[in-house]
Amino acid sequence: MRGISTVFRKEVRESLRDRRAVFNTLLLGPILFPVLFLGLAYFGVSLQEERAEKTLEVPVIGQEHAPNLVEFLQQQGMVVLPPPDDPEALVREQKAEVIIRIPDDFADHWREGTPAPVEVIADPSRRESGTALNRVRWILNGYNQLIGRLRLQLRGISSNLDSPIQIKDVDLSTPKSRALMVMIFLPYILMLTAFTGGLHQAMDSTAGEKERQSLEPLLINPVARWQIMSGKMLATNFFAFASLTLTLLSFKLFLPFMPIDQLGLDLHLSSQAVLKILLVIAPVTVLAAALLTLLAAYAKTYKEAQSYMGLVILIPIIPSMLFMVNPVKPETHMMWPPLFSQNLLIGEIVRGETIPALWLGLSFGGTLTLGLILAAIAATLYNRPKLIFTSS
Amino acid sequence: MIKVTNLHKSFGEVKAVQGISFEARDGEVTGLLGPNGAGKTTTLRMLYSLLPPDSGEIRIDDLDPTRDAMAIKDTIGVVPDNRGLYARMTARENIHYYGELHGMADQDIRKRIEEFVERLSMADFIDRRAGGFSQGQRVKVAIARAMVHDPQTVLMDEPSNGLDVMSTRELRKYILDLKSAGRSVVLSTHIMQEVTALCDRIVIIAAGKIAADGTAAELLQQSRCATIEDAFVKLIGTDEGLLA
Repeated sequence: MRGISTVFRKEVRESLRDRRAVFNTLLLGPILFPVLFLGLAYFGVSLQEERAEKTLEVPVIGQEHAPNLVEFLQQQGMVVLPPPDDPEALVREQKAEVIIRIPDDFADHWREGTPAPVEVIADPSRRESGTALNRVRWILNGYNQLIGRLRLQLRGISSNLDSPIQIKDVDLSTPKSRALMVMIFLPYILMLTAFTGGLHQAMDSTAGEKERQSLEPLLINPVARWQIMSGKMLATNFFAFASLTLTLLSFKLFLPFMPIDQLGLDLHLSSQAVLKILLVIAPVTVLAAALLTLLAAYAKTYKEAQSYMGLVILIPIIPSMLFMVNPVKPETHMMWPPLFSQNLLIGEIVRGETIPALWLGLSFGGTLTLGLILAAIAATLYNRPKLIFTSS
Repeated sequence: MIKVTNLHKSFGEVKAVQGISFEARDGEVTGLLGPNGAGKTTTLRMLYSLLPPDSGEIRIDDLDPTRDAMAIKDTIGVVPDNRGLYARMTARENIHYYGELHGMADQDIRKRIEEFVERLSMADFIDRRAGGFSQGQRVKVAIARAMVHDPQTVLMDEPSNGLDVMSTRELRKYILDLKSAGRSVVLSTHIMQEVTALCDRIVIIAAGKIAADGTAAELLQQSRCATIEDAFVKLIGTDEGLLA
């Protein structure tokens, strides 16, 4: 054990002196991620608001066929623009978001009391035009209902007849659970940090030490190789965990600056939640450190190690991506697989749900076990005589 | 006291060491002399239990490196061919780390470091970071950290590689001091002056085998040559050593 702690202390101390590495692992992520994340949220909200409040300017073709409708549109605050020459091209070229066309036969249908056509020209695959399109539809629907009811009333029929059912939304989502939709990126960022936080340390202390030819003299000391490896792995673990803690704290500090009122969200991250998340994710840092150390020990050169690291970074992304595309309800059997369970649990913590102790135990145990198995494999790699050879 | 009997080691097709036997006594400096690629480094690596031999026997003070690796590592001091230092740590911290790995008490390590500062003239760089060290300074740190636990057996792989005249003289003086303190010193080299200046016994290795073994005088007599260099060339049977 003396060997482990000696190696650990030396590795941490030496790495802390590497200013660039310290900045990259301990400061860059924790500053960059929250700023990026909150910046995006802010930008999204303000853009949406701007669209919703912006005066709606819509070119209307065939205004002469339905002067009453045009008047209604203007009453609703829409600025009716003169008809363009080629409306389809205008929409396709994104010069107009929505265009209304009132066909020639509108008046005939109107007089006969059959549904009169109104065309709404837009490209819904352009997401930025969604808000304008919805507003135009909403206004047209309003006109539709108004006229429909007036016609019924003229014939002495209750206008209620036209609404056989009344739909009411009962919203059970709490401000916290709505926050989840915004926080969906949090598990993703944390998983990534668990891996990137220890990356430099793992590379430098194994592949780097091999390359700088200080590994052979180190191994001549009377300390078992698995202890030397464990000391290095713990240092990797330490940096991953430190990076995670700083990232979470920085999220906690940045969240109050979110445009919360506009979103109607509760985006508070309590100290208790931060601690819970750290507890849930702690075994992931062990897993990550073991995997990184294993690969760094397996690689013959620093460059080879680097090429593996690029692929390793993809691993923590997979579960997060999967859940973003296909959200699932957390269940007990999902608590075994590493990374998946943490993704779900962090989601639950952010929602403010209470988590069964069994889930925590399964998630913690499952991930830690896999981490220790990988560490054991790394130790056998360390015991190979050819560990010290950079080529062959 | 080192006793090596009929040592073999291959890396795939390459037979690096094929039947090496020699003895290195306490209070003597034994030189492993041979051209590059002769198997000197491989032999030393088996001695300090970094590589397991394919066959043959090694005893260092009656300990077997394959079975008693930890005990052997406690009694030997090694300056290997790879002598990388930790660039972001000072010379003192580099040496202190090895002392800690040997389980030495903090004050003992400090005392040892002060001795090295004196004997190897390290005063002007002992508290500087190793990143910008000259070759000579690096070798001194490598020697100090290898000797921090005051080992009985000392193995050095081409220790004077890249040293200037002053550093070489200091190194030789240090090795002779170790010898008179009763230590068993083994050094591999391909530099003739070093052999004549330092070694009591010379083991000439060529192509993984022992070409000759004896004192300088014995080797001269055996080969009927006037200088060790001529004897070396004659005994290994080629002049490849001189090209190195």
